[in-house]
Amino acid sequence: MQTRKKYIFLTFLASWLLLFLFGGDQLRRFSFFSARKAESRGNWPRWTDQSLLKSFADPEELQRDGDPSLLSPRERRAAWLSVHRSGRCRMETCFDFSRCERHGFKVFTYPQERGQPVSETYSKILSSIERSRYHTPNPEEACLFILGIDTLDRDHLSGQYVRDVDEKIRGFPLWNGGRNHLIFNLYSGTWPSYGGELGFDSGQAMLAKASFDSQSFRPGFDISIPLFSKEHPQRGGDRGWLHQRSLPPRRKYLLVFKGKRYLTGIGSGTRNALHHIHNGKDIISLTTCKHGKDWEKHKDTRCDKDNVDYERFDYQELLHNSTFCIVPRGRRLGSFRFLEALQAACIPVLLSDGWELPFAEVIDWGRAAVVGSERLLLQIPSAVRCIHPERVLAFQQQTQFLWDAYFSSVDKIVHTTLEIIKDRLSPHRSRSRFLWNSLPGGLLVLPGFSTHLGDFPFYYLQQGYSPSEKFTAFIRVVSEAGSLSQPILRLIQAVSGSQFCAQIVVLWSCKKPPPPSGTWPQSSVPLTIIQGSGKLSQRFFPFEAIQTDAVLSLDEDTSLSSSEVDFAFLVWRSFPERIVGFPTQSHFWDPEQGRWGYTSKWTNELSIVLTAAAFYHRYYHSLFTEYLPAGLRELVDGLAACEDILMNVLVAAVTKLPPIKVTQRKQHKEGVAQPAERRGGAAGGPPPGQRSPPPAGAQGTAGSRRLSQPQDCLNQLADWFGYMPLVSSQLRLDPVLFKDQVSVLRKKYPSLEKP
Amino acid sequence: IMCASAKYNTRGPALIPRMKTKHRIYYITLFSIVLLGLIATGMFQFWPHSIESSSDWTVEKRSVHDVPVVKLPADSPIPERGDLSCRMHTCFDVYRCGFNPKNKIKVYIYSLKKYVDEYGTLVSNTISREYNELLTAISDSEFYTDDVNRACLFVPSIDVLNQNSLRIKETAQALAQLSRWDRGTNHLLFNMLPGGPPDYNTALDVPRDRALLAGGGFSTWTYRQGYDVSIPVYSPLSGEVDLPERGPGPRRYFILSSQMALHPEYRLELEALQAENGESVLVLDKCTNLSDGVPAVRKRCYKNQVFDYPQVLQESTFCVVLRGARLGQAVLSDVLQAGCVPVIIADSYILPFSEVLDWKRASVVIPEEKMPEMYSILQSIPQRQIEEMQRQARWFWEAYFRSMKAIALATLQIINDRIYPYAAISYEEWNDPPAVKWSSVSNPLFLPLIPPQSQGFTAVVLTYDRVESLFRVITEVSKVPSLSKLLVVWNNQNKNPPEDSLWPKIRVPLKVVRTAENKLSNRFFPYDEIETEAVLAIDDDIIMLTSDELQFGYEVWREFPDRLVGYPGRLHLWDHEMNKWKYESEWTNEVSMVLTGAAFYHKYFNYLYTYKMPGDIKNWVDAHMNCEDIAMNFLVANVTGKSVIKVTPRKKFKCPECTAIDGLSLDQTHMVERSECINKFASVFGTMPLKVVEHRADPVLYKDDFPEKLKSFPNIGSL
Repeated sequence: MQTRKKYIFLTFLASWLLLFLFGGDQLRRFSFFSARKAESRGNWPRWTDQSLLKSFADPEELQRDGDPSLLSPRERRAAWLSVHRSGRCRMETCFDFSRCERHGFKVFTYPQERGQPVSETYSKILSSIERSRYHTPNPEEACLFILGIDTLDRDHLSGQYVRDVDEKIRGFPLWNGGRNHLIFNLYSGTWPSYGGELGFDSGQAMLAKASFDSQSFRPGFDISIPLFSKEHPQRGGDRGWLHQRSLPPRRKYLLVFKGKRYLTGIGSGTRNALHHIHNGKDIISLTTCKHGKDWEKHKDTRCDKDNVDYERFDYQELLHNSTFCIVPRGRRLGSFRFLEALQAACIPVLLSDGWELPFAEVIDWGRAAVVGSERLLLQIPSAVRCIHPERVLAFQQQTQFLWDAYFSSVDKIVHTTLEIIKDRLSPHRSRSRFLWNSLPGGLLVLPGFSTHLGDFPFYYLQQGYSPSEKFTAFIRVVSEAGSLSQPILRLIQAVSGSQFCAQIVVLWSCKKPPPPSGTWPQSSVPLTIIQGSGKLSQRFFPFEAIQTDAVLSLDEDTSLSSSEVDFAFLVWRSFPERIVGFPTQSHFWDPEQGRWGYTSKWTNELSIVLTAAAFYHRYYHSLFTEYLPAGLRELVDGLAACEDILMNVLVAAVTKLPPIKVTQRKQHKEGVAQPAERRGGAAGGPPPGQRSPPPAGAQGTAGSRRLSQPQDCLNQLADWFGYMPLVSSQLRLDPVLFKDQVSVLRKKYPSLEKP
Repeated sequence: IMCASAKYNTRGPALIPRMKTKHRIYYITLFSIVLLGLIATGMFQFWPHSIESSSDWTVEKRSVHDVPVVKLPADSPIPERGDLSCRMHTCFDVYRCGFNPKNKIKVYIYSLKKYVDEYGTLVSNTISREYNELLTAISDSEFYTDDVNRACLFVPSIDVLNQNSLRIKETAQALAQLSRWDRGTNHLLFNMLPGGPPDYNTALDVPRDRALLAGGGFSTWTYRQGYDVSIPVYSPLSGEVDLPERGPGPRRYFILSSQMALHPEYRLELEALQAENGESVLVLDKCTNLSDGVPAVRKRCYKNQVFDYPQVLQESTFCVVLRGARLGQAVLSDVLQAGCVPVIIADSYILPFSEVLDWKRASVVIPEEKMPEMYSILQSIPQRQIEEMQRQARWFWEAYFRSMKAIALATLQIINDRIYPYAAISYEEWNDPPAVKWSSVSNPLFLPLIPPQSQGFTAVVLTYDRVESLFRVITEVSKVPSLSKLLVVWNNQNKNPPEDSLWPKIRVPLKVVRTAENKLSNRFFPYDEIETEAVLAIDDDIIMLTSDELQFGYEVWREFPDRLVGYPGRLHLWDHEMNKWKYESEWTNEVSMVLTGAAFYHKYFNYLYTYKMPGDIKNWVDAHMNCEDIAMNFLVANVTGKSVIKVTPRKKFKCPECTAIDGLSLDQTHMVERSECINKFASVFGTMPLKVVEHRADPVLYKDDFPEKLKSFPNIGSL
């Protein structure tokens, strides 16, 4: 009996399901069909006379879309200027492009007013601008102006609210109705409506504002920035928290929220509803009403129960252990939560209707966040459950990329804002959306270098290109001999003997003029001589003469053989975004002195490849010279052996990867090895936020005075970048049969093995 | 699909409590009712069309002129003007779209009516050819529903493509009386030629309240970002003229202007450019003395020279697209079709489908004020990029401009992506031409991350019955410092694994999973027990690898977490005699594969191998009991575009047990089989994804003249 019952029951269930799957749709139609015969059914008809239908417009009409009575283009633009002001500003109408033509994109910051202190956050913003390569102290040169008055907090209930801004700005001779000004703002409006008002007339100035709503946002003119806390680091910034990429995402929770609930007023609707999706298992959605002064006055029936649950979970714990994080609107549209979730690789689920997302002009948020609708809160759990695990993994990685590229420090947020504006000035020399949304990100891609993806070292695989098949040997000569020494002659011989060498460029950095062309050795490849200025940083100047993607950077006394060069070049073609070279050095954290140390002794690790013999992409010359601020290059010019380190630091900051060492026959390094521990990797630790484990305990102080300059250099660079970008590697790439016990005849690079 | 079934299943358990009664009759009755219902609906499944045709679209009605007439009283309501503040969250009713597992919006099309005013005069022309094509395309698409109650988006059959042919007020009245109008909520109008003299508004002037507008020629002031959709102005020449795609490269002219009704001021500037730069700039105009019968729209003239239009566009690298009275110009479509890179000069113009298309890769936008600098601006673009833009331009035309169908479907897809953002089409799908999609890779592990050493790796040992050897492997591997777990995949269904007490005692957890079938692919299954990113696949007879070698392998994997990191390398070669691929295991200077007898890789690839292996490769491998490693090499190379990393000199796995079968003849059949695998896989993948490299990874101080005891990995080196 029992089995039969089960059987019948199962059959019933199965047929019911079948009915629902296949029949439900039809059945419903059936019932309606009888009820409303009038409603049309079926597809759009195929008309018998459809071939006779006329076109929507006469071809003539389409091609002659002109009207002689129309305003001339010049008059039309003049008319726009008067119509589309303030609230309807666009770059064409409210921005004076001519100011940017002579001196390029230069930014001037107003001097700070006496007796008018600015907040910590605003001074960080100002110092970011002053540190950028676009800053100018001369208002005559400027294309963009930034006020010295703190406009970040425009909530007049706040302590940092600055009064009488209107009067002050009208007193500035440069104000000019706000033209070419950029105003930063994090908090606008106040209780109870929290509108977008700033409390002063910003005129034709552009706004870089957090919590921008799409109604008042002037597209292509304003910029939406993220809300960040006053603890947000000035530079560098912590890395994202994604350490493990697992599939399916191996996190304890699917979706979490923990935050305030508003009992009344704007934003309360969404936040009050959040508890509905809490299931106590993989979806944790907790709210509290316990905040503000008089919460008990408005207290509702849920409050006490909510508060009990609320205390049971820790926000940080939830953030670390959830795949998705709800980022609902608060009183304002944006919240700190957004950046927190982004950093935690907790995919933001946005419930903030009408929020113009940060930098949405260039960032494709659809790849890193779920843009939900406040109205569809109850669908969110099933919607995120249905996102494919592969997509979840891609989302998580994208959050980390975006965080690291545009948000992790005030510098990055401000520089992104500036770059977006700069891109608008010359659309034909700007970054495509692709560049902004792929590694390494828009800030590290200079459209002035090229707008073609194939000219950069980053996109070969994504675009199906490959790097050029030849390289340029770039030799720096500094010795004062004035004539050609034996080593350099040998070097030119060896390099031009490489089958991949396209040209040789010599940077002649001595005071004496280079020997006449007749005295240079004859070689099969063209040789160009550039008279240098003697500055150390000049070796990384983007010389026009360098025509290939790959540069082989050499010192005059470097000794290499053709087959070493051949092999290294082939390795570089596999890793075109890294530095690939021969002699290496490494950095380490010196806990005793509390600073970074540097060693050129033989160690089991490496993090710097000397540019005395290294391959890298020529784009790094442009980055070095144009992306880094002039101050850094001056620093490098003044310290010995620092330009090498800066180049390595720069490439590591861009790629987040270590350089690559290849086999070298003759070792550059002199001196006997110092003791080095085995695998000291995890022992000790750099300060939080430092990325590379210290290598084996090279004792920094031990009689290496010679190295104190590089150490200064390293520490100053780490300070400038805000972290230590260098990454260590434990490997060296050798030819496949290197030193294997097989016949030399089988080996392609036998000469590399000679002692 | 999983999500869909989960949803239905929730309905099952709810029924159970009600089923307690013992009346069998009741069940049977219910059952038969259900069965009857099933049969009935089945019948509907089979004859839906006959029902429809009998209901409405009868044969005699199938002419556009023979549709119901609707009279619009003079005082019938007029909608409000378009609301400039509308956004999806304010003016669009998402509840109509609902959550559905397919993530597709449902679009309903109103049936065609003829509208007349009080005096019986027609309000507009009949439907245009293009609008009919557009509606047909929607109706044939996946988006279409004929059930007005289930629709999320409504498309009126009132044709407003061209505002010139409309009576504004009456058209608005006609819209307002649509059965589901409701202030235009969720209604989508298509318009290509907006505005009219004298001011030429950049959006349709017909009052339309909250309706969404897919418009050609929006300016930044009329376009409601995230609400409206900017569409192209369709060029009927697209359908008439067949311009075969021309390979990218330099063309006869550098800049060409082909528009006929340019404002004199623009024309002066273009002519100045021509005067400056000579023959590389060609400014065409209409022809004045054409013989009768030659359509003026198909000819252009420069002085006395006559050119065919649009063919002449293919003769130029760049083609100017200037604004006319309107911002949107049909010539843009012709230019793209010709594979000419458009130079768009129309301040404030919202480019077609700019919400999803990256126009910077296919066009050059120049501000009107910078027209005099056009030549130098264009000169500064590298040739390689120009070629790419030419390819990209043509691709945009093919995908989004060539027909009303393409325009309609792109528009609906954009709206669909807004409503189901988590299922939206990616940038690459919208923008990459097929050639790029084919040749490029998108690495699923694209973020440069070096996994923390502390995570360690999970060793997965596939075994059948070689218990003694297995135990030795376990003991050896357990000596590797970074091992965090050991997983034994027991592939023998006829024999139980040894008792717990017999297993070697090791310092990390040891788990045994038993498989249902003896298949090779079991070694690559993404077991839940694997909690680390790094997996070490190791055979049960690999006992020769030293702890240093394994630990070093793991360290190398950490630096290359998206690659296969293995010991003995192998190579594929093209056999010119046989005209096919050949497997090579001799001493070579190159590698393209590593053996997975012992190899580190990311767990993600287990998932790919098990669920995303193309074609029948997985079954083929299981059936032949061979080449699972080659398949894995193909898979990883194909998805990442990167080569393998061979570590240490090791060339083969020598094991005492295998010497017996290492005979020469067996070796040869082995090689033949392996070569066959490569050829088979290459044909399934449609390409040869393996990358050949000449390097291997050794420890930094490998074979250097340096005290061995100070080296991190001294015990490396035997072949």
